[in-house]
Amino acid sequence: MVDTMNDKWIHACSVQDVPENGGVCVKVADLQIALFHFKRRGEWYATQNECPHRHQMALSRGMIGSQGDEPKVACPFHKKTFSLKTGECLSGDECAIKTYQVRVDDDQVFLSITDDEL
Amino acid sequence: MVGFKLCEKLVAKSTKSLDLIVFGEEMRPAYDRVHLSEFFNGKSAEELQLAPSSWYADKGIELIIGDPILEIDRKAKSVRSYLGRVAYYDYLILATGSAAFVPPIPGVEKAGVFIYRTIEDLELMQSWAPKAKIGAVIGGGLLGLEAAKAMIDLGVCDTHVIEFAPRLMPRQIDDAGSSLLQGKLESLGLTIHTSKNTQEILGESAISGMQFQDESILPVDMLVISAGIKPRDELARACGLEVGPRGGIVVNQYMQTSDHHILAIGECALYEGMIYGLVAPGYDMAEAAVSTLLGLEKTFQGFDMSTKLKLIGVDVASFGDPFVTGNDAHTIVFEDRNKGIYKRVNISPDGKELLGGILIGDADQYNMLLQTCKNKVVLPPNPEDILLGARGGEHDGGAGVTSLPDEAVICSCEAVSKGDISSHVLEGAATLDDIKKCCKAGTGCGGCVPMVKDIINHTLKAQGIYVRNVICEHFEFSRQELMDLIRLHDLRSYDEVLTVHGQGDGCETCKPLVASILASLWNELILDKGNDTAQDSNDRFLANIQKGGTYSVVPRIPGGEITPDKLIVIGQVAKEFNLYTKITGGQRIDLFGAHLSDLPTIWEQLIAAGFESGHAYGKALRTVKSCVGSTWCRFGLHDSVSFAIQIEERYRGIRAPHKIKGGVSGCIRECAEAQSKDFGIIATEKGWNLHVCGNGGSKPQHALLLASDLDSETCIRYIDRFLMFYIKTADPLTRTATWLNKLEGGMDYLRNVVVNDSLGLGAELETEMQSLVDNYVCEWKAAVENPAFRKRFSHFVNAPEEKDPTVQFDELREQKMAKAWK
Repeated sequence: MVDTMNDKWIHACSVQDVPENGGVCVKVADLQIALFHFKRRGEWYATQNECPHRHQMALSRGMIGSQGDEPKVACPFHKKTFSLKTGECLSGDECAIKTYQVRVDDDQVFLSITDDEL
Repeated sequence: MVGFKLCEKLVAKSTKSLDLIVFGEEMRPAYDRVHLSEFFNGKSAEELQLAPSSWYADKGIELIIGDPILEIDRKAKSVRSYLGRVAYYDYLILATGSAAFVPPIPGVEKAGVFIYRTIEDLELMQSWAPKAKIGAVIGGGLLGLEAAKAMIDLGVCDTHVIEFAPRLMPRQIDDAGSSLLQGKLESLGLTIHTSKNTQEILGESAISGMQFQDESILPVDMLVISAGIKPRDELARACGLEVGPRGGIVVNQYMQTSDHHILAIGECALYEGMIYGLVAPGYDMAEAAVSTLLGLEKTFQGFDMSTKLKLIGVDVASFGDPFVTGNDAHTIVFEDRNKGIYKRVNISPDGKELLGGILIGDADQYNMLLQTCKNKVVLPPNPEDILLGARGGEHDGGAGVTSLPDEAVICSCEAVSKGDISSHVLEGAATLDDIKKCCKAGTGCGGCVPMVKDIINHTLKAQGIYVRNVICEHFEFSRQELMDLIRLHDLRSYDEVLTVHGQGDGCETCKPLVASILASLWNELILDKGNDTAQDSNDRFLANIQKGGTYSVVPRIPGGEITPDKLIVIGQVAKEFNLYTKITGGQRIDLFGAHLSDLPTIWEQLIAAGFESGHAYGKALRTVKSCVGSTWCRFGLHDSVSFAIQIEERYRGIRAPHKIKGGVSGCIRECAEAQSKDFGIIATEKGWNLHVCGNGGSKPQHALLLASDLDSETCIRYIDRFLMFYIKTADPLTRTATWLNKLEGGMDYLRNVVVNDSLGLGAELETEMQSLVDNYVCEWKAAVENPAFRKRFSHFVNAPEEKDPTVQFDELREQKMAKAWK
């Protein structure tokens, strides 16, 4: 993971705040970020919290899992699924979601968000 | 026939070469005596042969015909034939059969008097018949009637049957059946005399008439005596083997005679005081004898004397114990004199078991009934259905081949089971001919052919439509299989299940499915053990997610009964948290528009007022709707509200493959609409009628009657069994109606399982249900009392007190409503 000048690491929460193999919603200024602790894979992911399908702030409450090797999240409203890696919609829709980088330091979780988003 | 069967089986099963010599008295190799009368329909002696002489040669069997054995020397272990042949044996098998029993009536030696036993007998009859005008048969049993048919076939149209007993076929059928059969046979031209004792056969050298004990005289110019059989035990008797007081060579279950180097099988053998005068038990004896010779395990255990035959175009069958009466059985009789049909079945007093019966005029159900009887298949609640078929628009009754166990012997002649046939079908034998070739089923009496066809078709069909119903890419199992595995390995969390039985990282299909199975099995708190993240959003937050991302709250209101105080609390809570309120279809109150972070506080207040979770968010019992019942209603028969509350409180919180709804109506007016529920209970004068597997929804389906006039306790027991059976076997997200539609055998099968306990699962299902009931706790109470769970009910992890600012409402009729989708 390479820090660039534009990246800002923002503290989200502690590791214990996030349910294992599930997500929470992190408030960053006016942004809602869905943060996932994919314990089974030993990985963390972050995406926008809004599902682009019906514009509901709900992805953080979705179930995560895998399709083949691709980690994904399913929106609780209509079960649209999105890649946690690329944000691409895996249910065949045109929409995609934004993804963010996550860093875990000493039990604390940080999100990388560019300045212009804030 | 039995001797031939022995050769066949011995050659097939023996692993080393054998010196096998067959001696036969008759001039031809073994032939089919069962279908002897077909000789008169033009079937030749060759066609009746079981196998040509070349078959014996091919198998290395020495066949000596037309040369009967005259003497057995047990010391030297040798036999001597009529033509002086001497053969030594290690083992000697007597399959000498039986001869016609000819009663000592003066005049039986006269010309024109025949017996009906061998092809030679038939040839003799054939040459005499053209001279005969009036024929008679002594003996109204099975063979006698066959002989009467033969007479008609030979052109002796005026034929009389003389029976000593008061009815025809006294050993197989009862008075009523016999009288119907008699009518039927008389309409076909036979004259039947019962209770008639022949005293003398009149005539010079040839028969001219018969005189009876009642002094009446019948002019007759051809007579066949068919008054029973006597075992051919002369040889055995002469060499000192033990024989029965009324004839027959005594054998044990290994078919050994009193000399263990000599075996006897077929109609000459006397097993436990009984001569088995049918081919199927004879074949069974042959198999037992082969087994004894080769040191295998099969023994002869006696045999059911059930028979089915076509007598002059009339089906006659009897099975099991056709005569049992009194306190030992209840009898159901169906008689249609118009069509000439008589059916009787004897049912055990508890109505569960078929003991035996008689079919005349229409014996299509014979095989099914015989198997039902032999395998003790539990009867449907209305046992008459097995005779009359399921009526009232329901499809195929539960008595189809599908209800038979794999061990059910379908072809008794060849001892082929249902399982044997289906496995041959699975191996590629797709037609009746294929089956006949590979396991000989249906090649004996042919009575099982319709059932063999059914099994072939059913197996093929099952094979054709059987697509293995795996859950998703993460689990190569059906829901039912996975449930069994989880139970077996005592797994309690989604993660464990995935690690042990799955692959990959799960998905939105298998997660809620496994979570539901875990809940159905253990009924532990669904948010515990990391299972919260495997739950669908509604279960994860114990509320129903609605448009905009808020939740709705439904407290349980069992039976729809609520006190004014509780109503006030609901009103206060709704007001405080600004919730939209609506009465639901299930007689409770739904509070909409609650923010995630408000849910624990809302519930704290509701719980304090005595409410519990209503599980509106779960694939679980929703409500048991009730009408007001006998406490207020002037029509009500029973207290439907109390019963609804009792039932709702029993099954609250139980997770299932889909949501479950119930209803209880206090009378037939059915105000609770119970017949549209997964289980619906309707009061009757005598108790409750239980209907199951109904639903509303996109494809409404009425519930079907499972059982009638139940007391409350039995009703609950049946619901326990029904729900548990559904929970254990249904595909994911399948309502009971759809589950039933897919269930092979349909309602009759379900009724057998639930009411008649045909799978013997009743007690187990009840115990499992009871353990779920005992484990119940209100999950909202558990959630609000546990800080770790409670923490999850916030929108922002890093700002728990803040609500989702994107949530917006509009106003409608003085309440709020969710903003429309963008």
